[in-house]
Amino acid sequence: MKPRQKRFMFIAIAVAGVATSVGLVLNALGGNVNLYFTPTQVFNKEVPNGRSFRIGGLVEEGSVKRENDGLTVNFVITDTHKSIPVVYKGILPDLFKEGKGVVAQGAVGDNGVMRAEEVLAKHDENYMPPEAADALKKAQAANAADSAAMPRNVPVTVTK
Amino acid sequence: MAINWFKYAAPTTFYGLAGKMIPWFAFSAAILFAIGLYIGFFVAPSDAQQGEFYRIMFIHVPASILSMFLYLIMAGYAALGLIFNTRLSAMMATAIAPTGALFALISLWTGALWGKPMWGAWWMWDARLTSELILLFLYLGFIALHASIDDPRRADRAAALLAIVGSVNVPIIYFSVKWWNTLHQGSTIKFSGTTMHVAMQQALFTMLAACWLYAIAVVLARVRSIILERERNAAWVTQLPGIADFAGGEK
Repeated sequence: MKPRQKRFMFIAIAVAGVATSVGLVLNALGGNVNLYFTPTQVFNKEVPNGRSFRIGGLVEEGSVKRENDGLTVNFVITDTHKSIPVVYKGILPDLFKEGKGVVAQGAVGDNGVMRAEEVLAKHDENYMPPEAADALKKAQAANAADSAAMPRNVPVTVTK
Repeated sequence: MAINWFKYAAPTTFYGLAGKMIPWFAFSAAILFAIGLYIGFFVAPSDAQQGEFYRIMFIHVPASILSMFLYLIMAGYAALGLIFNTRLSAMMATAIAPTGALFALISLWTGALWGKPMWGAWWMWDARLTSELILLFLYLGFIALHASIDDPRRADRAAALLAIVGSVNVPIIYFSVKWWNTLHQGSTIKFSGTTMHVAMQQALFTMLAACWLYAIAVVLARVRSIILERERNAAWVTQLPGIADFAGGEK
């Protein structure tokens, strides 16, 4: 082998070695790299006991209720399978909305309610002007109405 | 006629070529920045959820893409320099590092500015943000390591190894939003296409092209300075018009 082929082999092997070891480290870290747990994981008791952790999911439609002090908010985080009620006292981020992504940090009490210290909104990857979002909503509503009127028909699914 | 592919691998010839190319790249970068910013601010509609805040992505996304691509290009040049012992490759790697670091910093900074009003937090230790921060540290480490070794050829080799090993981080940044759940949203522009509004796409891609052209122009200008500095004792440098006068006046 020429010296330059040797150097190439050396670099290729070094990169492969480092990639493998990083891969093994990340694999060992596994779920610890995740930012939050899902409500299903909370139900399956896969969360740290008695410690503060994060739950991520969607804010359940129609679940947001403000208390009279104007600061305390009750809402439910769902992954469409299980859901966890959350109480939070503080200012919510602008993107916090029903049906949108949310990450809450806090501890879940014995009553199954999370007392959140921090609530963050999670944005999705869709960017569209308000008119387009409006049209999409109307189309979905129309489809829902159609499928309700004709339950035998296969409902048309609207993909975003 | 056989083309000599290695003609411009020599600093002597590349110095002149780079000098001729810089104005073209710089000029088209300036024009595309103007067009991209115009579309971004005045043509692209506001977003249904974020209102006007989303417009920061027209600099955030290109800066993030550039920071990752420039790292791979830098590591590629570093590897070329190690394998073929070519002087210019190592100089190119050194010239790319500060621009890459700048883009990584812009990416983190604009992301924080957007994160506070949108997420409710400047910073979150999720996989995407943390791996991008590591990328910035890799750039800074490359620059620092190169600067800390006096012999330039040894500095090239040491820094090249760091650059090559660090390139493992780039796919981690890219796939972090897929592999783990993060606060950072997934990719809007995928290889399979995008669902973004057309005017938003135009602004984004124009800004991306502008950032590329800017990066190329700046890297070429920087590599010219590095060539001059490193080859200062070579006969061709002492005979360059401006430098010949300077050296002559000093003696």
